[in-house]
Amino acid sequence: MSATAENLRPAGRPIKARLGRDDLAMRGFMAVIALYLVIALALPLYAMLSKSFSTYQFDLTSYEFQVSDDTGNFQTAPITAAALNETLQAVPSEDLATSSDGRLPATSFFPEFSFRSPMIYRIRGTGEDVSFLIGSERFSGTAWQEVDSNTFRRVMLRPVRSQGLQNYTTYFSTPSLFRSIENSLFISALSTIITVTLAFGFAYALSRSCMRFKGVFRLIALAPILVPSLLPGIALVYLFGNQGMIKGLLLGESIYGPIGIVIGSVFFTFPHAMLIITTALAISDARLYEAAESLKASRWKIFWTVTLPGARYGLISAAFVVFNLVITDFGLPKVIGGQYNMLAVDIYKQVIGQQNFEMGAVVSVVLLIPALVAFAVDRQVQKKQVALLSARSVPYQPRANPRADWLAFGYCSLVAVFIVGLLAVCQFAALIKFWPYDLSLSMNNYAFDLMDGGGWDSYYNSIQLALLTAVFGTLVVFTGGYMVEKIKGFETGRGLFQLLAMLPMAIPGMVLGLAYIFFFNDPRNPLNVFYGTMAILVICTVTHFYTVSHLTAVTALKQMDREFESVAASLKQPFHKLFRLVTVPVCLPTILDISIYLFVNAMTTVSAVVFLYSPTTTLASVAVLNMDDAGDIAPAAAMGMMIFYTNAGARILHLIISKGVLKRTQAWRFR
Amino acid sequence: MRRPLLVLRVIISVTWYKSSEASSVSSYLRIRNLYKNFGDFTALKDISLEIEEGEFVCFLGPSGCGKTTLLRAIAGLDLQSFGSIEQAGRDISALPIARRDFGIVFQSYALFPNLTIERNIAFGLENAGRSKTEITGRVAELLDLVDLADQGKKYPAQLSGGQQQRIALARAIATSPGLLLLDEPLSALDAKVRVHLRHQIKELQRKLGVTTVMVTHDQEEALSMADRIVVMNHGVIEQVGTPTEIYREPGSLFVADFIGETNQIHSTITAANGLTVGKCALRSAAHGFAQGQQVIVTIRPEDIIPHEPGSRRAESDHSALAVTVGEMEFLGSFWRSRLTGAELGDEVLYADFSINAVRRLSLAAGSALTIELPADRLIAFPAGGDDVGNG
Repeated sequence: MSATAENLRPAGRPIKARLGRDDLAMRGFMAVIALYLVIALALPLYAMLSKSFSTYQFDLTSYEFQVSDDTGNFQTAPITAAALNETLQAVPSEDLATSSDGRLPATSFFPEFSFRSPMIYRIRGTGEDVSFLIGSERFSGTAWQEVDSNTFRRVMLRPVRSQGLQNYTTYFSTPSLFRSIENSLFISALSTIITVTLAFGFAYALSRSCMRFKGVFRLIALAPILVPSLLPGIALVYLFGNQGMIKGLLLGESIYGPIGIVIGSVFFTFPHAMLIITTALAISDARLYEAAESLKASRWKIFWTVTLPGARYGLISAAFVVFNLVITDFGLPKVIGGQYNMLAVDIYKQVIGQQNFEMGAVVSVVLLIPALVAFAVDRQVQKKQVALLSARSVPYQPRANPRADWLAFGYCSLVAVFIVGLLAVCQFAALIKFWPYDLSLSMNNYAFDLMDGGGWDSYYNSIQLALLTAVFGTLVVFTGGYMVEKIKGFETGRGLFQLLAMLPMAIPGMVLGLAYIFFFNDPRNPLNVFYGTMAILVICTVTHFYTVSHLTAVTALKQMDREFESVAASLKQPFHKLFRLVTVPVCLPTILDISIYLFVNAMTTVSAVVFLYSPTTTLASVAVLNMDDAGDIAPAAAMGMMIFYTNAGARILHLIISKGVLKRTQAWRFR
Repeated sequence: MRRPLLVLRVIISVTWYKSSEASSVSSYLRIRNLYKNFGDFTALKDISLEIEEGEFVCFLGPSGCGKTTLLRAIAGLDLQSFGSIEQAGRDISALPIARRDFGIVFQSYALFPNLTIERNIAFGLENAGRSKTEITGRVAELLDLVDLADQGKKYPAQLSGGQQQRIALARAIATSPGLLLLDEPLSALDAKVRVHLRHQIKELQRKLGVTTVMVTHDQEEALSMADRIVVMNHGVIEQVGTPTEIYREPGSLFVADFIGETNQIHSTITAANGLTVGKCALRSAAHGFAQGQQVIVTIRPEDIIPHEPGSRRAESDHSALAVTVGEMEFLGSFWRSRLTGAELGDEVLYADFSINAVRRLSLAAGSALTIELPADRLIAFPAGGDDVGNG
């Protein structure tokens, strides 16, 4: 018994805060949004995980048959299906493994079965949970069911479910499946190296040269964000496909495969890498350059000792973001991948093509691993990047250097030509009657109602989805961010919430979509009323893009004085008054940024929603995919460009509104 | 029948109050055995404190001493781990902020940037059953009170730091709270503005009579504003007292060192009011140390009285020493002089001599003089205790 220890912890229980109305209300709000994330994210993922460990098998030992003679009298003893199969070898043992939808006709075990025979058949299970179908009616249990021969041909055995690693064993012993891992890693790594290198050059030219038209270059570089990732694939088909305009440049190689995927990936990941690296270069400290120059270091040496190390976290972060985007992307390899299998496409093929949901779940889990690793590394790097920022840094001001500036201009022009070129090809393709035979202009390709994919309705559906996602998503994300940032105490709950909010970034869209099928399409789930509605598309899209929006909101909220809530409480004013009068108006620019981010992504996303749309909720981005699949490539390009113009229009509108709102409500910012 | 009874009651309570000055019944704010733990770190250790109604109290101490933690516990911003707080007889230990009765001003002001000055001040007046005109009137009155009557339509960013601070103050007192909490309210301001605001805040507090607790690390601020100062260090209260008590009669070596400046001399106790420094015996204030004990004795530089060399006409109770002047540092209104001498042994004293004294005694580096050390200004503290500052 040491006296000091006694002093530090006096007798009695620690004081527990009594919660006020505000505390309870805020916790309530946070709980509701946390519940949303649990339902829209955690539970579906859990359903998917458990699905990947579920195996289905026909257990022949648990069925018994009895067959009558021609007069309907049962003379022979009951016999199990297993015993019948042993003598007949009707069903080979590898065919006994099946999926959750598997059905095995009972007639398989009776080779001389005829539906016209007068015999009567009996079937029963040996246990309570053995089940079989007669027609569409499900029976289970040990009671005999008696059917005539005409009905007997409609008796189907159902598989039993068990837990195990068998799906994974199957996956890794099927070369055509696990080869995709190697392919995905290879393509992602290659695309990452190319994109980050190109983007670094571009960002360097933007921030360290005095070339002209920087604003235009920046705008062009950001354009790929506005289109679905599969659009560059369509452009590449027109350029290098079997009837491509400049097919000869490939020297006989096929664009369908790794080459096409890599070129397209560079296109759609370029703006992401460029933004991250530009930020990293922008925070470099001019004082370091002055010091280096005063020490008479050469430009080359300065580049290697100051510029690159200063941007290293940005480069690492960009690399992981690009890697993650490529490995989880589904649209592009679907369009231009040809026979070259990648993980994300495998999920689609397993689920949509073969209806093998369990194997789809296994591929999803496999795809989760690199995505999670990339995510974790990126988070670590981001934390370090923040530490590099110092309030005393002096921003670097580039000085004119005609030769270097022209070099930068030339380089950026090349990149711009690449980006604008691919988009222009799509627009060109959309307006031509029939490439390459009839080059006259026409609007035929915009007659979407005549094609697969849902017609113009899918375009309007997409706009509806984008608007709903922007409004509903911003509301949920910003409220959630506010609560988790401003609640007093309650550390555990807030920690859990942060974790839930970060998770979506690590979940590939295909995985999320598939998880939604498992969770929401389960007839036992009362939430399955949402299945096939616009609501589930909105929920899925908000969840898919939750993390970036959440981080944006939290960053803005962190800049608000920590003591606003304390002041309001000490003045006996409820938190919602503060929220309404101060927090929202001050954060309005951020709120608008979040909503445009959600809008644009809802317009372009394919991966998650491709599993979830219904005939009444077809989407433009999915229509691009489906029309391309059906061979209507020109209309697919036309629809892709419609998405581009819509997003560009939304961006411009956002800019105008932001400026107007800023003028009206942000007068206080200016002295 | 009722009236006399009431009068009697009042008389009783008044006499009772007088008879037990330290009694807590009359205290407006009563803190008892407060602890605050952050994981393994104890930020507050067994803090007990009573604050009278209408009093201006400063929590003073170096950064990390726990003064802000204590203020935040009183406000309910960060709850204490153990212990109780009573305000006006009501136990508020675990109450949420909104159910306590205080106004608060933060170092950052925390003014709502997108609301005008008027709306900032009116923020706490709304939703309380007041009419619009009532609110407008009160806002005008408060703006007047802080001398910013014509600034109501502006936004906070359009005002200077000092003006923003006054607006924050006006907002905090708008609802006439029973307790005003000020968390380093002046530390973000320029020195000149700070001195001006000190007076304004003190004046306002006196006018309103509101019980006020201010946290500061600036001793000048505390000494000039507070009725009582609570000196804190390492999560404990070192001393509570009026500014003069704290300065003249520091309760610990830490307080002596932290407030103002002081000489610290190693010394040995010789008698109930005597000790030795170097080779000479000095008379000191009465102390409770045993003979032969090693102590640190302190004396402030301005308490050392200079005399012509050789004069031994010190008053009976005061010791005199022959010393030599070393370096002299000109600090505006006085000279800080480094004193050494055979009688001091290895010890060095610093003394502040007025410009007059320096002229009268023609003091310069190398001069010899006699100094008088008033016995009641020599205060002894145990040696080897912690928190011995760097003098």
